[in-house]
Amino acid sequence: MSDLNKLTLADARDLLRKGETSSVALTEACLSAIEGAGALNAFVHKTPDLALERARAADARLAQGDAPAMCGLPIGIKDLFCTEGVASQAASRILQGFRPEYESSVSAKLRDAGAVMLGKLNMDEFAMGSSNETSVYGNAVNPWKVDTRDLTPGGSSGGSAAAVAADLCLAATGTDTGGSIRQPAAFTGTVGIKPTYGRCSRWGIVAFASSLDQAGPMTKTVRDAAIMLEAMCGHDPKDSTSADLPVPDFEAMLTGDIRGKTIGIPREYRIDGMPEEIAALWDRGADMLRDAGAKIVEISLPHTKYALPAYYVIAPAEASSNLARYDGVRYGHRASLAAGDGITEMYEKTRAEGFGPEVQRRVMIGTYVLSAGFYDAYYNRARKVRTLIKRDFETVFADGVDAILTPATPSAAFGLGEMANADPVQMYLNDVFTVTVNLAGLPGISVPAGLDSAGLPLGLQLIGRPWEEGDLLNTAHVLEDAAGFVAKPAKWW
Amino acid sequence: MSEIDHETARKVAKLSRIAVPESDLPGLANDLSRILTFMEELNEVDVEGVAPMTSVTPMRLTRRKDGVTDGDYQDKILSNAPDAREGFFAVPKVVE
Repeated sequence: MSDLNKLTLADARDLLRKGETSSVALTEACLSAIEGAGALNAFVHKTPDLALERARAADARLAQGDAPAMCGLPIGIKDLFCTEGVASQAASRILQGFRPEYESSVSAKLRDAGAVMLGKLNMDEFAMGSSNETSVYGNAVNPWKVDTRDLTPGGSSGGSAAAVAADLCLAATGTDTGGSIRQPAAFTGTVGIKPTYGRCSRWGIVAFASSLDQAGPMTKTVRDAAIMLEAMCGHDPKDSTSADLPVPDFEAMLTGDIRGKTIGIPREYRIDGMPEEIAALWDRGADMLRDAGAKIVEISLPHTKYALPAYYVIAPAEASSNLARYDGVRYGHRASLAAGDGITEMYEKTRAEGFGPEVQRRVMIGTYVLSAGFYDAYYNRARKVRTLIKRDFETVFADGVDAILTPATPSAAFGLGEMANADPVQMYLNDVFTVTVNLAGLPGISVPAGLDSAGLPLGLQLIGRPWEEGDLLNTAHVLEDAAGFVAKPAKWW
Repeated sequence: MSEIDHETARKVAKLSRIAVPESDLPGLANDLSRILTFMEELNEVDVEGVAPMTSVTPMRLTRRKDGVTDGDYQDKILSNAPDAREGFFAVPKVVE
């Protein structure tokens, strides 16, 4: 069979179970696609030998019957996940050479379910960025192309999105602190879900902003997102914020029936300067859900406007604290020292050499807003605004709204380098529709819904009630079906 | 607009333990000022009587018995150290 790398997780799983293909064949197809896709710079640490070893083990397990859904399926893992014995450096120079002696809980769950890791995927440094341009490995490139420009796959999970869109793997892991799964999914015509805060264990995932970070799958279809999310979720005593709740069979909840559901359209998301195409797509999405039997209501989330500034206080504050551990003592890079340099010079030089400019900026902003005299004015005020943002959502859910429909991003993918001279705040605006979801700890999913006039994918976002990913996936599944997005990037790489 | 001057930028860099060359301080001060100005939109919000969020999902942190549950792999812990000697992390001399 040709083009095994182009299969969805669901189709590959079914073929494996019927004995019509093997994990080794799937893995070899992906490895060969990866070899031919250097121009995308998506896979930054390849693990072909390990992949084939795991594929052979998966085939043996499949032959015995009763293998889990993910068994034998080749996937990519974002570089933010610690993977035992395999380079894991959060796309940062400061973790150069770091090979963890342990496996993150989420990647361990996938490994134990028999999924085959093909390698590690490019990303923004420490997941700080929206274009994959802050990576020490260089830019990941979007497989979608409409002119001579190389486009961003989005960020921070840019390598994951590019790899899934280009069929280098069947699916990939991502992480999302302010939109880092959903924005790259929207830019590449793929599906990405950030589950409720606490669904996926954070243990072993390099921490950026601990109260916002969540892992999730990046896939070709909503069904695949349901399959892979289930394999990633579950209680973990090693993460004190991991929820001790049963994990439902998400795939079984994809009934395609949303009759009687109430979908909210938040008026505050109709921001000034929203491109006409995005507004029209959003309206079409609402029509599709209405046609499927849902009730569409206008809602208000009055504090939406303050989500971005609150996020850009809270996330850097937590990052400045989390990144204090990179001091050149226990792992990663240490600067070479001049005669007479003491331990302070070692810290300062190591961190100056090891962190890129965006990470340095955020660490310093975080340090500033937490410093004596500013803590109340910035950090505590932002945490109060966060309470209000969450309350906005609680109010509409209490009024009977089941899910909220919004655009995923304020634009389609832009050219790499185009934002190089922009104010840092301009880049932050990419997260305007996604960041509220992290602040409120809710599940959110990006579904490809159409192409813009240039031929680039656009996504719509659905936001669900806490812990109701199954219901959210079902609504997303209906939207996906109605939108009928089947376009794939033409191969140029 | 919030103004971060060179002196404040230098102080923040020091607190962050990041060496910033003197020539980069004006650019850094400018970037930090713009970001802080953006954050000042938060001053428009009435937060009177609102509690700062401490946990996004209502949960009690779980407790366990205070005991040793893990450990005994010094070699693994030291395996990634830039400089490890005789079972310890090694750093430049701290005490004269």
